[in-house]
Amino acid sequence: MTTGVYEKGKQYKSEVPPTWCAGCGDFGLLNAFMNSLADQEINVNNTALISGIGCSSRFPFFIKTYGFHGVHGRALPIATGVKLANPKLEVVAFGGDGDGFAIGGGHVPHTCRRNMDLTYILMDNSIYGLTKGQMSPTTSMGMATNTTPYGAPDNPMNPLAYVLTYGATFVAQAFSGNPKQMRQLITKAMQHRGFSYLNVISPCPTFNKKDTFDHYKDHTEELPADHDTSDKFGAIKKALEREEHGIIHTGVFYEDAEKPTYLDKVLETRAAAGGCENPDMAKIINAYKP
Amino acid sequence: MSQKSDLIIRIGGEGGEGIISSGDILSQAAAKAGLEVLTFKTFPAEIRGGYAMYQIRMSSEKVLSEGDGFQVLVVFNKEALDANLKYLQPGNVLIWDGPEGGDIGDLDGIPELEGVITYSLPMSHLAKNELGVYRSKNMIAMGAVAELFDVPLDRLKGIVATKFGKKGQEIVDLNHKAIDMGVAYVKENHSKKDPYKVVPSDEEKDNIIIAGNDAVGMGAMIGGCDFFACYPITPATEIAYWVAKHLPKGNGVVMQTEDEISSIAAVIGASFAGAKPMTGTSGPGLALMIECLGLGSMVEAPMVICDVQRGGPSTGLPTKHETSDLFLACYGGHGDASRVVLAAENVNECVWLAAQAFNIAEHYQIPVILLSDGSMGFRTESIPTPDPSSFKRIDRKRHTGAPEDFARYKFTEDNISPTAVPGMEGCAHMQTGLEHNEKGSPNYGPEYHTKNIEKRYNKLNDIEDFFESSETDIQEGATLGVITFGSTQGCVREAVNRARAEGVKVSVFHPKLVYPMPMKALNAFLDTVDELLVPEVNYQGQLAEMLRTKTTKPITQYNIYGGLPFEPKDIVAKIKEVLS
Repeated sequence: MTTGVYEKGKQYKSEVPPTWCAGCGDFGLLNAFMNSLADQEINVNNTALISGIGCSSRFPFFIKTYGFHGVHGRALPIATGVKLANPKLEVVAFGGDGDGFAIGGGHVPHTCRRNMDLTYILMDNSIYGLTKGQMSPTTSMGMATNTTPYGAPDNPMNPLAYVLTYGATFVAQAFSGNPKQMRQLITKAMQHRGFSYLNVISPCPTFNKKDTFDHYKDHTEELPADHDTSDKFGAIKKALEREEHGIIHTGVFYEDAEKPTYLDKVLETRAAAGGCENPDMAKIINAYKP
Repeated sequence: MSQKSDLIIRIGGEGGEGIISSGDILSQAAAKAGLEVLTFKTFPAEIRGGYAMYQIRMSSEKVLSEGDGFQVLVVFNKEALDANLKYLQPGNVLIWDGPEGGDIGDLDGIPELEGVITYSLPMSHLAKNELGVYRSKNMIAMGAVAELFDVPLDRLKGIVATKFGKKGQEIVDLNHKAIDMGVAYVKENHSKKDPYKVVPSDEEKDNIIIAGNDAVGMGAMIGGCDFFACYPITPATEIAYWVAKHLPKGNGVVMQTEDEISSIAAVIGASFAGAKPMTGTSGPGLALMIECLGLGSMVEAPMVICDVQRGGPSTGLPTKHETSDLFLACYGGHGDASRVVLAAENVNECVWLAAQAFNIAEHYQIPVILLSDGSMGFRTESIPTPDPSSFKRIDRKRHTGAPEDFARYKFTEDNISPTAVPGMEGCAHMQTGLEHNEKGSPNYGPEYHTKNIEKRYNKLNDIEDFFESSETDIQEGATLGVITFGSTQGCVREAVNRARAEGVKVSVFHPKLVYPMPMKALNAFLDTVDELLVPEVNYQGQLAEMLRTKTTKPITQYNIYGGLPFEPKDIVAKIKEVLS
């Protein structure tokens, strides 16, 4: 076996103990993710996990791979830089609903529409946990939080409908209470060619007393076996059922592996420019002779 | 009649009327004739309309600044004439659109034209009625300029042929015809009444002519830049044009992002993955980048940011000259965020400091900000043809021992830790914006924060000697020292030359490294003078303020903030005033 590849999920675990509260949904993702790495025979030396700020953004510390824990909201552009600088790396971005859709929300549509060759795993707990309980972009309207003691005034956003609309080419949702399905979805997301988005329903037992494991157990439903993952409109419709009917689907909503990725475009540009290891600098410079 | 070897021609008209292209053509023709050129442009922030100006200084010697005013003014319309009346001096030449056609009509009763030598040139009328193509008006003007001031016509036509060649022979012929028309008009209607002449140089110069923003791109490529991310912003966007065209030739990646925050974030990511990344921006963009600049400082990411300064605050004066980002560049951000700030004096330095910025960034593992400014970014200059082989690239120190011994933030004697990038076997590690231990894991203990802050600053202790970080020009017996930064230095150089020629004693310190200050050289300089004059194009006197933390010697600030650079004569007068 090559160095850096492990047989068992647990072997991917770093020495840093997780900072999460007991009962946090993120533990489920951590285990499923490590198991998926083992399933895929991922080499820690060629893998970079990139995150922003928040409880969930601590994720990369707990895995043996290369990792980068940046500033709030910037996981996607940092991950983009990593991938473009070294396309051979497996790059996965992590974050939470606040990091990804509030402060970092401006980056999501552009990363989607570029079809950037990345996997983005977002742990959605509908609350700010690290800063101890404030309204997030997916907090239900009316829910009391520390910044909205009389009830959240904002409508919650729908992450899946959002990324589908902006052109993510792999969109799936997992629930931390269903580790088996989550493990498979992680593998699919990482194997996908192009930008893949995996929304993980990951309850916060400490600061969100509404969206609990029990609540989700009653409201999540695997997508029907006959769901057509090539039908974007159908996928958006399924995503919107959360608001319309209170049904939170899990599984692969949408998949398009044919669409050119950003790296394809980089290579096209390079070919058009006649890219090579040692460009003719003298030629470039001499074009400025009067 | 004495022959002038230093001529400044200013062309003014409405934006979009071909002012810029005629200026480009004229300056290239002068450079082709072996002259040194330095141009200066102002134009409105809007695409069309409004007054635009292009000034060309051509000289047999290296041009240090835009110069004082101009000798020759060519105006394409009344607005341009009116805008420049206050600058016209007796003995200047005015070439104007008239008497037929155009919107000037006649020059009767304009008091400012007293003593000004005028040549009429009905360029609008000729273009519209004789040539039948109004937009070639600018080429008629160029023909007249060539005839009046001995610009070699073959060179001018050659440049036009190259510039318009791609558009077809018909367009080239049309422009040549327009040039001939301007020549013929002057021959038939005017005799030479002024002393100004372009004297071609016999000396063959190995020069290129290039704008400051292009030069930054070229320097970056020479320095090894292989990743560039940016968001468009005046007056820095041309850097992006340059690298977008050329970096892919060396397999580099250029990306336009959704905002400046993502640009610098992508740059940090690329640096983490081992690239030599850069972004180009102006003040408002740098302001947005500041949080991530702190991240780059914290994770010790080699990276380069070029700030082409413009008038601020807020949207301010996007196309006007100001060097007021010094505080932002040196001190912007929360916490003690170490960084390096360089300031380029001229277009040649735009090339070489941009290249050097990558070596500094790699060696010291730190964000390096290169300051340029709008007038330098836009202006073209003849500079010695850069020789990329003369530049030795430096790569960040890599971990070479056993993988298990790797610690990204290892404390070392020179405070520079060995690095590893993703892909290197056994060296997988975390980087974080949190304070961390040697391995990169979060650690907020007082020991680590104290030691790491010291490490991140002290690693720069020897930067002054890492490259030619300043230039000292001491005159025996001088009690006054002049210090400025960036493009104002060229103006100071010219002013000091003139003052000295008049017998005034004055010394000068030119910092290329403005933060941290090159203290050894600065202290040695300060020892030789009693007082300082610090001219800056900003209100606060930002460099003066920084210098006050380094010396108790009296400092006279000289600040202008009207959207234009200094002229050498202003600084000569100030030097005399301070010494009187």
